[in-house]
Amino acid sequence: MLNHAIDIAFGLLCLSLVVTLVRLALGPDMLDRVLALDTLYVNSAFMLVLYGLKLGTGRYYEAALLIAMLGFVTTVVLSKYITRGDVIE
Amino acid sequence: MSTISWVEAVVAALVVIGAVFTLIGSLGLLRMPDFFTRLHGPSKATTIGIGSLLLASALFMSCRGGGLSLHEFLISLFIAITSPVGSHLLAKAARHRRLRGAEGWVEPDQARNR
Repeated sequence: MLNHAIDIAFGLLCLSLVVTLVRLALGPDMLDRVLALDTLYVNSAFMLVLYGLKLGTGRYYEAALLIAMLGFVTTVVLSKYITRGDVIE
Repeated sequence: MSTISWVEAVVAALVVIGAVFTLIGSLGLLRMPDFFTRLHGPSKATTIGIGSLLLASALFMSCRGGGLSLHEFLISLFIAITSPVGSHLLAKAARHRRLRGAEGWVEPDQARNR
């Protein structure tokens, strides 16, 4: 049962990645693209945790934490750049 | 039903709930009309989606033997702290760029009187 649930979750997650990519390509403003990129980062972290659950190892948590951290830093830096025109003043 | 299969059922339900919430958040990102409402979808997906998946993962790893497994909650805590900060900075940047909402541009002093 758990294997089927994980497969279903992988399918839903692939669909949500495609939907986010469509917003990344469409995005009228660059902030929409930044938001779509942030969502992509979080969804990738989700996917890594799910893959670790499928394999039954706890080895992928560090990678997921790293991806989540990089996503946060990317969002902060990009929105600061858009607001101020510079990252470090 | 033995304990193991109960745990498996709960973990499977939590995994599917998390994936469904993530899909709903991404659909909100695609379908909402303006930037400020679009900001609203993925943040719900992050908190509930990731939270429920990590709860499922912690439950599964703890019940498999080999002791209590709690470092999933580190990711959960980190995302719960950073996601509102990122959303706030994005909203501030959108306000700075004078992006219009569904009702058009609202001046800050008008917004305060609403």
